[in-house]
Amino acid sequence: MRRRAFLVTGIVLVAVVLAVALLSLFWTPFPAADTTGGRLEGPGAHHLLGTDKLGRDLLTRLMIGARIAVAVGAGAVALGALLGGAAGLLAAFANRWLDDSLAALLDILIAFPTLLLAMLVVAARGASLASAIVAIGLAMSAIVARLTRVLAKRVLAMDYVTAARTSGVSWPRIVWAHVLPNIWPTLAVNLALQFGLAVLAEASLSYLGLGPPPPNASWGRLLQEAQSTVLTAPVGAIAPGVLLVVLVVGVNLLADGLRDVADPTRRRHR
Amino acid sequence: MTRYLVRRAALLVGTLFLASIVLFVLLRLLPGDPANALLSVGATPDQVAAARHQIGTDRPLPAQFGHWLSQLATLHFGTSFVSSLPVGPEIVSRLAVTVPLTLAAFVLAVVVAVPVGFVAAHRSHTWYGGLVGVVSQLGIAVPAFWLGLLLVWLFALRLRVLPAGGFPPAGWSAFGDALTALVLPVVTVAVVMAASLIRYVRSATLDVLGSDHIRTARALGSSFVGAMWRHGVRNAAVPVVSVLGIELATTFLGAVVIESVFALPGLGSLLVRGIAQHDYPVIQGVLFVSTFAVLVVGFLADVAQRLIDPRLRGAVARR
Repeated sequence: MRRRAFLVTGIVLVAVVLAVALLSLFWTPFPAADTTGGRLEGPGAHHLLGTDKLGRDLLTRLMIGARIAVAVGAGAVALGALLGGAAGLLAAFANRWLDDSLAALLDILIAFPTLLLAMLVVAARGASLASAIVAIGLAMSAIVARLTRVLAKRVLAMDYVTAARTSGVSWPRIVWAHVLPNIWPTLAVNLALQFGLAVLAEASLSYLGLGPPPPNASWGRLLQEAQSTVLTAPVGAIAPGVLLVVLVVGVNLLADGLRDVADPTRRRHR
Repeated sequence: MTRYLVRRAALLVGTLFLASIVLFVLLRLLPGDPANALLSVGATPDQVAAARHQIGTDRPLPAQFGHWLSQLATLHFGTSFVSSLPVGPEIVSRLAVTVPLTLAAFVLAVVVAVPVGFVAAHRSHTWYGGLVGVVSQLGIAVPAFWLGLLLVWLFALRLRVLPAGGFPPAGWSAFGDALTALVLPVVTVAVVMAASLIRYVRSATLDVLGSDHIRTARALGSSFVGAMWRHGVRNAAVPVVSVLGIELATTFLGAVVIESVFALPGLGSLLVRGIAQHDYPVIQGVLFVSTFAVLVVGFLADVAQRLIDPRLRGAVARR
């Protein structure tokens, strides 16, 4: 029962951030580039959460930040799932030699942490929203590929797959009918966790000044900008962090809950 | 065990070689000529050719790679495009900040996480057992740089007990100042690391507590502490050690961001500066040294696991 409560909490937290992100596409309290507010105003009736040092409305910027966080998370997960899934399946089906080389390559790529790999891509492509998505998605694909490979190999060792193979079923059909249905629950849970990590990675990139450039108000950039004025305007240095934690905790709870739904054998534990 | 050590060491060297290829190819495949870093906007083709010749990008890729490798073999990392200083000594001087930061945070995190994780598992049905779960769930979602920012706000700006950032120019010869400069960064990294470590310790302990051999030992009259000491700790340590290796590596590289928060002259801030200035020798050098560190830590973790658990000694790679 307590597990169900976690799942519901996760869904609610994610839904709130998602709703804010969608809303920001149609409406924000002020236009994104509006600098008519006073500098570093505190929360008030006009600017609900106050303004930053250029007089921009904080709530507006936070809403745009939600959009960027969701876009980077979703984009990176989509890219990581496609690339990683394909590479993992390829390795699982390949002959011994190709499989071993791919596995070794993946191990090396994973030894580079996401953030470093992402910084490398940004170094070459220049900082932009697309760079952030590509950078984090590429780094993620190695992790997804390794997981897919292991999961797929486990399925391929099953007798019913051997039976299908010997009776001449083509391997795209085996992937579709046997492999994917068996591995997607675990994969989906992992992708949900990766979404949270992607959001954190984007925040770190932006904090370092390597994320989407202005006027993109990524949460990481907001935090970086607010750092120098934390004493006079603490809300600006606290609110973006709180939202980051809300989104990531929400996604993690969702992933935990999904795992219990996807895998009934885990329900007995804890 | 000796045979394992030799094979695992060979694997380490092989992986390092492969990694240096990957690193080199990645940096070269990505669009943009490193020579551009030397040039101003509107350089003539002659100037471009001269710049390329100066840094060697006009030569074929295998020749460039060979040159880089032979430099590495003699521990030369080239000279910075921007400062014209050799990269190697710069990296070494910055390791003097990053390595103590990483190790201190690592030790602090382990010292906190192991007992807390154990208690959380042993007393999982009490309120504080549950609290640990909630706190560590929060801890893995908190970005390290935000935690650092909040700690600076509280301890440096409000309470004024610790410096907000920076490192004494004299380095470790100003020992006291250097130490206080590292307190907040170390705590920041340690908290984030401990949060995820607690989860692993907790689940490893839960596995052991629920195992048949502990129940048998208890039934035969061992005290709880005795049973855990003789039959529990070793078994719980195996998965934790492998995670420790990964965590140590992550911490080392997580220092990239934390060093920016606290304006520490470490390896991470060198990398960020290198990327901002397109200073390829610096980027290559830092990434190579970090990769080397990560791989060595992985090696040590694998060896430690086999020292703890003799059953693992047969196999070289975890498949």
